[in-house]
Amino acid sequence: MTDTPLDRIRNFSIIAHIDHGKSTLADRLIQATGGLTAREMTEQVLDNMELEKERGITIKAQTVRLAYKAKDGLDYVLNLMDTPGHVDFAYEVSRSLAACEGSLLVVDASQGVEAQTLANVYQAIDANHEIVPVLNKIDLPAAEPDRVRQQIEDVIGLDASDAVMVSAKSGLNIEGVLEALVTRLPPPTGNRNAPLKALIVDSWYDQYLGVIILIRVKDGSIRKGQKIRMMANGITHPVEQVGVFTPRLVPVDDLGPGEMGYITAAIKTVADIAVGDTITDDRQPATEALPGFKPSVPVVWCGLFPVDADDFEKLRDSLAKLRLNDASFHFEAESSAALGFGYRCGFLGLLHLEIIQERLSREFDLDLIATAPSVVYRLFANDGSMTELHNPADMPDPTKIDHIEEPWIKATIMVPDEYLGSILTLCSERRGVQLDLTYVGNRAMAVYRLPLNEVVFDFYDRLKSVSRGYASFDYAMDAYAEGELVRISILVNQDPVDALSFIAHKSQAERRGRSICEKLKDLIPKQLFKIAIQAAIGGRVIARETIGALSKDVTAKCYGGDISRKRKLLEKQKEGKKRMRQFGKVEIPQSAFLAALKMDA
Amino acid sequence: MEPLALYVHWPFCLAKCPYCDFNSHVRERIDQARFAAALRAELAWEAARLGRRPLASIFFGGGTPSLMAPETVAVLIADARRLFDAEGEVEITLEANPTSVEAGRLAAFRAAGVNRISMGIQSLREEPLRALGRQHSGAQAVAALETARRVFPRVSFDLIYARPGQTLADWRAELREALALAHDHLSLYQLTIEPGTAYEALHRRGELVLPDQELAAALYEATAEEAATFGLRGYEISNYAVPGGESRHNLAYWRYGDYAGIGPGAHGRVSVGGQLLATRRHRAPEPWAEMVEARGHGTTREDPVAPVERAREALLMGLRLAEGIDEARFARRTGVAMDDAVDGDVLAQAIEEGYVARDGGRLVALAEGRLRLDALLGALVL
Repeated sequence: MTDTPLDRIRNFSIIAHIDHGKSTLADRLIQATGGLTAREMTEQVLDNMELEKERGITIKAQTVRLAYKAKDGLDYVLNLMDTPGHVDFAYEVSRSLAACEGSLLVVDASQGVEAQTLANVYQAIDANHEIVPVLNKIDLPAAEPDRVRQQIEDVIGLDASDAVMVSAKSGLNIEGVLEALVTRLPPPTGNRNAPLKALIVDSWYDQYLGVIILIRVKDGSIRKGQKIRMMANGITHPVEQVGVFTPRLVPVDDLGPGEMGYITAAIKTVADIAVGDTITDDRQPATEALPGFKPSVPVVWCGLFPVDADDFEKLRDSLAKLRLNDASFHFEAESSAALGFGYRCGFLGLLHLEIIQERLSREFDLDLIATAPSVVYRLFANDGSMTELHNPADMPDPTKIDHIEEPWIKATIMVPDEYLGSILTLCSERRGVQLDLTYVGNRAMAVYRLPLNEVVFDFYDRLKSVSRGYASFDYAMDAYAEGELVRISILVNQDPVDALSFIAHKSQAERRGRSICEKLKDLIPKQLFKIAIQAAIGGRVIARETIGALSKDVTAKCYGGDISRKRKLLEKQKEGKKRMRQFGKVEIPQSAFLAALKMDA
Repeated sequence: MEPLALYVHWPFCLAKCPYCDFNSHVRERIDQARFAAALRAELAWEAARLGRRPLASIFFGGGTPSLMAPETVAVLIADARRLFDAEGEVEITLEANPTSVEAGRLAAFRAAGVNRISMGIQSLREEPLRALGRQHSGAQAVAALETARRVFPRVSFDLIYARPGQTLADWRAELREALALAHDHLSLYQLTIEPGTAYEALHRRGELVLPDQELAAALYEATAEEAATFGLRGYEISNYAVPGGESRHNLAYWRYGDYAGIGPGAHGRVSVGGQLLATRRHRAPEPWAEMVEARGHGTTREDPVAPVERAREALLMGLRLAEGIDEARFARRTGVAMDDAVDGDVLAQAIEEGYVARDGGRLVALAEGRLRLDALLGALVL
C-alpha cells in the first residue's frame, strides 16, 4: 500500500473563503474515490467537531488519502489536507501548505474572490504551490464564471482560463477535479534510500491511541517498531503504529517518501510534540532537519472565570483537556477582586477565543464570565527594559513607563462599492491607515494598517452591520508601534472593578469611558443606596454616572402568619446575593457583568 | 410571663378574591357546629400546655369570620377569658365584610364580646370593587361603616390602593372620603401580586399592570400625608391610627411577642419550656377538623426557632413599626445582641443616608428606610 512510486502521489490542500464549498468538495472527492461508503458519508466528513459542522468552518487540519484510477489507466494516491480557512488558524494553514506541492483554489462562481481567499492563496504561492483554480456552484443561476475568472486573474494574478468548473453540491465534474490534480500538480520529490526525514504537521490527542502525530515523509521511510528521534530535542520513541487516513485511521506497514499519514508512539500529551520538528531514524539519523515553522503566539488574551466559584477546579481540568489537543492556546492562573479565581487565556485570535469559550460551555458544561479581550502590549520602562502586558489590570504606575507599544495588523477588506464609504469611515475611526485601495468590477479592496486593539472590540460586528454582511475581512499580524495608550479604570462607589479596566488610545478614552458608564447605569438595577459609576485614567475622572437609590421596596402586608415565609424569603434573598459580585455595598448581577464585558467600544 | 395574643382563623369565604393568598376556602355548606367544636377543642388544648398567662388580645381573622355564627364567637371568647388571665382590658377584634347579611350581625358580634371591628372595605368605588372581586357596593360599604361606628367602640377598615390605572389624584380623593368615615384606625395596603393568585396569572400575561416604583412611592407618601391631616399616624408600614388606636393584637406580631394561632392554617410563636416554638396548623379545613377530633389539635409542624432566626424575624417585623425595636427587649427575646444581628457597615451607611436611626436604646427605620424596607433588610440583616 505504501510503496507507491513518487510519480503516482499528489499532495494537495484546498483553499477557499468560508461558505465557498471547500468541505463539500472534499466530501465529493472522498465519495468519488470510494473512501467511505454512502452510509458512512455524513455531511462534511472532515469537520469532526460539532462546532466545525455548525459554523461551517474547519478548525483543525484534517487529512485523507484517496485512491484514484486516472484516465491514463494508472492508479494514483491523492493526499488531501483540508485546512482551516480562518485567519486565526493561519498558522495551521502554513503547516498544511508546507506538507503539499499544490492547492485547489475554490471560488464561488457567483460571489467571486473574498478577503480570506486572498490571504490563503498568497500563503500557497509563498509555499511554491502549483495552484488549480476551481469555480464552484457553477449551476447556480447567479453564477458568473467569466467575471470571476477575470477577477482571479486581476486580483490574484493567476491564469484562470482553464479553471475547473464544478458543482460540489450536485457532484458535477468531480472527475474534472481529480484529473486536474493528476495532470496539473507536480508529484513530490524524495529519496527512499536516504535517512528518514518526516515533517510533523500536527498532533492531537485521542483517548484510545494517545497522541496521534500527522506526518509528511520527505526522505526514507517510517515503519512500526522503528526507533525514531525528534530532531529538536533528541528524544527517542519506538513507533507503535503507522497508518493512513481513509479518512478512518487504517494501519499500514510503513510510509515512504512523498506519503502522508500518522504514527503513534506512546506519547502522553501534545505538548511533548513540537509541530514543525523533523522525525528521523535513531540509528541512521539525518544530519539536517527540515525547515520548521515559527511557533504560534497568542495575540489575544482574556480572563475566564467560573460563574460559580466552586467550578474553578473543573475549569482548570477542562482547560488542561482542551490544551491536550490545542497547543496553540495558553492559560495561566489569575485572580480578580471582582471575579475571584480564574485563568488568563491566550488565543490565536477572536474566533479561536470564541471557539474555546464555546467548547468549554458545551463540552464541559461550564458557566463562564469572560473579561474583555486584550491584545499584548509592550511596556518599556524608564530604565529601557521591556515587559509584555496581557492584562490591563497589571498595568504599572504610568510614571514608571517610558512608552507603550501596541500590535498592528495589516487588514484586507473586500466590499461592494456602495458600502465602501462606511467601511473607510469605520477604519479611520479605528485609527486605521490606508495602504491601498483598488477596484475589481464593482468590488473594492481596501488594505489598511489597523491597531489590533481596535479590532478586538466589536470590529467584525460593525463591519458586518455597515456593509449589510457583504464585506469580507482578513488580516495578518504586522508590527508593534508606539501609541498613546492609557488604562481606563471603572470605579463603582470609588472602588475600582479590576475586571472592567481596559486599555485604549488616548483619543478614544473619553468616548469609551463614557459609553461604559452609561451602559452600566442601565445594567445595574437600583439598589438600597445610590451608586456612583466612574471611569478614570489614573486619578482623573473622565466620566461619571449616578444610579439613584430605589424609590420603594416594601412588603405591604405582614402579620403573624407570614413570619416564617417572610424570613425564608429574606434568607433566600441573602443566598442569591452570594451569587452576585459585591463591590463595597453594591451588588452587580452576573448578567450586568456579562453585558458590560460584551459591550462594544 | 409574656402576655398572649390569641388568633382564631375562620377559613371560609363566600368567594375567593383574585388578589388574596390567605388560607380561605369556599364551601356550599359549612358545618358551623363542627368547626365551632373543633376550635373550642384546639383552644383548650393550647391553653393547657401554655398555662395560665395574661391574655392581651383575641383576633378573629380569616377567611371571613363575620360568616361565623355570633354564638360561636361568643363561646370562644368566653372560653379564652376563662382559660387565660383576662383581668385587664382584652382587645377583641373581628374581621367583617360589609355585605348586608354580615352588617346585620354586627350588633350580635358586639354582644358576643367583640370590642373592635375591622371591615374589609377595600375601595369606595364601584369599578375597583368589581375588579377586586368584592361582594359589596360602595354604598353598602358606607352604610356598614356607619352601623359599625354606632355599635363598636373601636373601628378599623382596609383599603387597597396602587391599583392598576389609579392616579395620584384619584387616590387622594378616594382616601379623603374614606378618612371622613374613619374612626380610630385604618389599614391602607398597596396592591401586591401574590404567588398562586388569579391576579398573578393576569400580571404574568401583562393584563394587570401595577404602578411603577416612582408612582408607588408617591402614592405611599401621599397616603401618609392625607392620613396625618385627619390625625391618623402611620405606626406601621400600612397601618394608621389615632394615638392609642393602634391594633394591640397586631402590635404583638410586630413587637415579636407571643401569639397562639388556632384554626386551619394558623401560625403561632409561643414560649414553651424556655423555647420559642413556631407552630402551624393543617391548612385544609376538613382534615384540620379531623385531626382536632382525633387528638385535640391540628398541629402539623412545631419547630423551635433558633436565636439567629428569632433575630431575623424580630428585625423583619420590628422595623415595620415607626417606634422601631427596643434593643434590650430584642436581646432578651432573641438571645442575640443587636450588634451581632446586623451588618455594622450597612447600618452605618443606612444611618448616614437617613434610613435608620439608633438612639435611646432603640433601632428605628425612619420613613425613608421603611419605604425601602425589603432592600434594607436584605442588606442589613445578618
